[in-house]
Amino acid sequence: MAAEVKAQASSSSGQRSFTEVLRTVFGPVGQLILFIVGSALALSLVVVLLALLQIGARPDILTRALTILPQVIIDGLVRGFLFASIALGYTMVYGVLEFINFAHGEIFMVGGVVGAAVSLFLASSGLLAGMPGLLFVILVIAVGMVVSGALAVTVERVAYRPLRGAPRLVPLISAIGVSLVLQDLMRLMMTNTPLGFNARFNTPDFGPPIRLFEMNLGARPVPVILPPKALIFIVASVLMLIALNYLVNATRLGKAIRATAQDMPTASLMGINVNQIVALTFLIGGALGGAAGALFGLNVGTVNPYMGFIPGLKAFTAAVLGGIGNITGAMVGGVVLGFLEAFVASYLSLFTNGAFSGAAYADIAAFSILILILIFRPSGLLGEATTQKV
Amino acid sequence: MALLELKNVHTYYGKIHALKGVSITVEKGEIVTLIGSNGAGKSTTLRTISGLLTPRGGEVYFSGQRIDKVPAHEIVKLGIAQAPEGRRIFPRLTVLENLEMGAYLHSTRSQAYHDDLERVFTLFPRLRERTAQKGGTLSGGEQQMLAIGRALMTRPQVLLLDEPSMGLAPVLVEQIFEIVKTINGQGTTVLLVEQNALQALSIANRGYVLQSGAIVLEDSAQALRENETVQKAYLGLE
Ligand SMILES: Nc1ncnc2c1ncn2[C@@H]1O[C@H](COP(=O)(O)OP(=O)(O)OP(=O)(O)O)[C@@H](O)[C@H]1O
Ligand SMILES: [Mg+2]
Repeated sequence: MAAEVKAQASSSSGQRSFTEVLRTVFGPVGQLILFIVGSALALSLVVVLLALLQIGARPDILTRALTILPQVIIDGLVRGFLFASIALGYTMVYGVLEFINFAHGEIFMVGGVVGAAVSLFLASSGLLAGMPGLLFVILVIAVGMVVSGALAVTVERVAYRPLRGAPRLVPLISAIGVSLVLQDLMRLMMTNTPLGFNARFNTPDFGPPIRLFEMNLGARPVPVILPPKALIFIVASVLMLIALNYLVNATRLGKAIRATAQDMPTASLMGINVNQIVALTFLIGGALGGAAGALFGLNVGTVNPYMGFIPGLKAFTAAVLGGIGNITGAMVGGVVLGFLEAFVASYLSLFTNGAFSGAAYADIAAFSILILILIFRPSGLLGEATTQKV
Repeated sequence: MALLELKNVHTYYGKIHALKGVSITVEKGEIVTLIGSNGAGKSTTLRTISGLLTPRGGEVYFSGQRIDKVPAHEIVKLGIAQAPEGRRIFPRLTVLENLEMGAYLHSTRSQAYHDDLERVFTLFPRLRERTAQKGGTLSGGEQQMLAIGRALMTRPQVLLLDEPSMGLAPVLVEQIFEIVKTINGQGTTVLLVEQNALQALSIANRGYVLQSGAIVLEDSAQALRENETVQKAYLGLE
C-alpha cells in the first residue's frame, strides 16, 4: 500500500518527464512557427492576387512579384525576429510590473553600440580579419547581452524601484527620462571616442551569400540567396527564443517569474524574493534587447545613439499586437509585424506602379497596425485566450 | 515562550490606522481564532505577521525572534505560512505548479518534497485528480483546498488561515474545519481568522475578538461561546 502511494506521488508530481519539458518549451515555438508560415503564406497569397488583378495591364507583373518573393520572406524573417527579441523585453517587464519600460529601445541601442565598440577594438588591434566568424558573432552577442542586461537592472534599481507604488504615470515619465538620458549620454561618449556618431560595425568576412535554390520563372532561372548575416540573425534569434521558453516554462525560476507576474504579494508569501524576480526580468529582457542590438548593428553595419527609437516603438507595437504581457504573443507579434513591414516595403511601389515608395511607407504600415489594434483588439492576437501569459 | 506573539502592534495603510495596539499570543500546538466583523482588522493582523505590512509601532516575535521588520519572503523561511483571504491562487499556473511554488524554498527533487505533496493529496484527494488543471479554473472550494495545500508545502510551524470557509457550501465548510483540525493534530499551530465564529470557536482552543483595530475580548473558546456579547454580535444568537 505504502509503495503504491509513493509510486503515485512521484508520477503525479515533481520530476517532469522529458516529453513534458519538450512540450512546454516547443509548444510556444510551434505556435510561433505556425504564425511564421501562416503570415508568409497569407501575405504571398495577397501578393499573387494583387498581381493577377493587374496582369491585364502589366503582363510581367506576376513574374516580377514572384522573383522578389523569397527575398522578401527572408527580409520579413529578419525584421520579425528583430522585433520579437526587442518586444520580449517590453512584454516581460509589463507582465510583472504592468509598466511599459520606454527606455527599452535604448537598452537595445546600447547593445548595438557596445558591439560596434568591440568590433572597433578588434579591427584596430588587427584581430578582426583573422577571426572566425562564429567566434566574432558569439563575442559581440555575449558582450551586448552582459552590458545591456546589467544596464537594464541598474535602470530598474535606480529609476523605477523607488517609484513602485506611485501612480502609474510616474514611472512612465521616469522611463522617458531614462531614455533621453541614455541617448544623449551615448552620443556624448561616441562623439568623444574613435567610434564617432555613426559608428561602423566592422565584421570579419562571413563569406559569400548562400545559394538556396533557383526559381524557374520565364526567361532565365533566378537564384534565391540567403545573406550570411541574415542567417546569423535568424539562427541566433531562434536559439534565444528557445532558451527563453525553456527558462520561463520549465525552470523553477521561470515559474517564480510567472507567479510574481500573476500575484506579487502572494508570490512573496511563497518565499519568493519578488524584488529579485523583478530584477531578473529586467536582466533577461535587457540581455535579449542587447543581443538584438548587437545583431542589428552587425546586420546593417552601422550604429548610432538614436537607432533604438524606431525599432523600440515597433517592437512595442509587436508586443501589443501579440497581447502585451504575453511572451509567446510578443514573438508572434514580432514576426507578423516583420512580415507585414517587409511586404509593404517591397511590394507597395510595385503595385502602385512607383507612385508610393514602399520603404518610406513601411513605418506608416507598422504604426497604423498599432492604432488599429488599440482600437479593435486591445488584448492582442493571443490576448487572454492563451495560456502563455507570463 | 509563546511561539507567536504580537505586542501592542500598530499598522497603517497610509493615513488609515488599521491596527491600534493589537496584542496576541499563540502557543505551540494551539488553534487560536481571531473573530470580528468586516473591517475589524483581521486580515491586516495576518498580513502584518506575514511581513506583507510593516507595523509602525509594537513588536512581533516568532520563537523569541523579532520579525516585524523581516520581509515577507524571509518570514516564510522561518516557518510562518499564510493561506490568504480570497485564496489568491496563481490563476495561470497549474495546480501542481501552485504547489511547487509553495515548495519554492525546498528542492522539488527531494524525498521530503514528495512526502509533502503526498500529505497534501491525502488531505485533499480532489487536488490529486486535478494536478494539470490551471488554478484559475478550479471551483471556489477546490481553490481553498489548493490555498491551504500550497501553504502547507512551505512546511510551516504556524499556519495563518484567513477566512477559509468564505463562500463555501455548508458541507464543504464542515470539511474544511475538519481538515484544519487534522492539520493541527499533525503538529501545525493554527491562527484562524473567521467570520464563521461559531464553527471557529468549536475547533479552537482560545479566541480573540477584534473590533475596529483593537482586541476587545480574549478567552478560551469555550468561554467566548458562552459570552453574551459574543453571542449577540458574532454568533447571531439572541
Ligand atoms: N489596502 C488597503 N488600503 C487602505 N485601507 C485598507 C486596505 N486594506 C484594508 N484597509 C482598511 O483597514 C481596515 C481593516 O481591514 P481588514 O481587511 O484587516 O479587515 P478584516 O477584519 O479582514 O475584514 P473582512 O472580514 O471584511 O475581511 C478596514 O477599515 C479597511 O478598510
Ligand atoms: Mg479580511
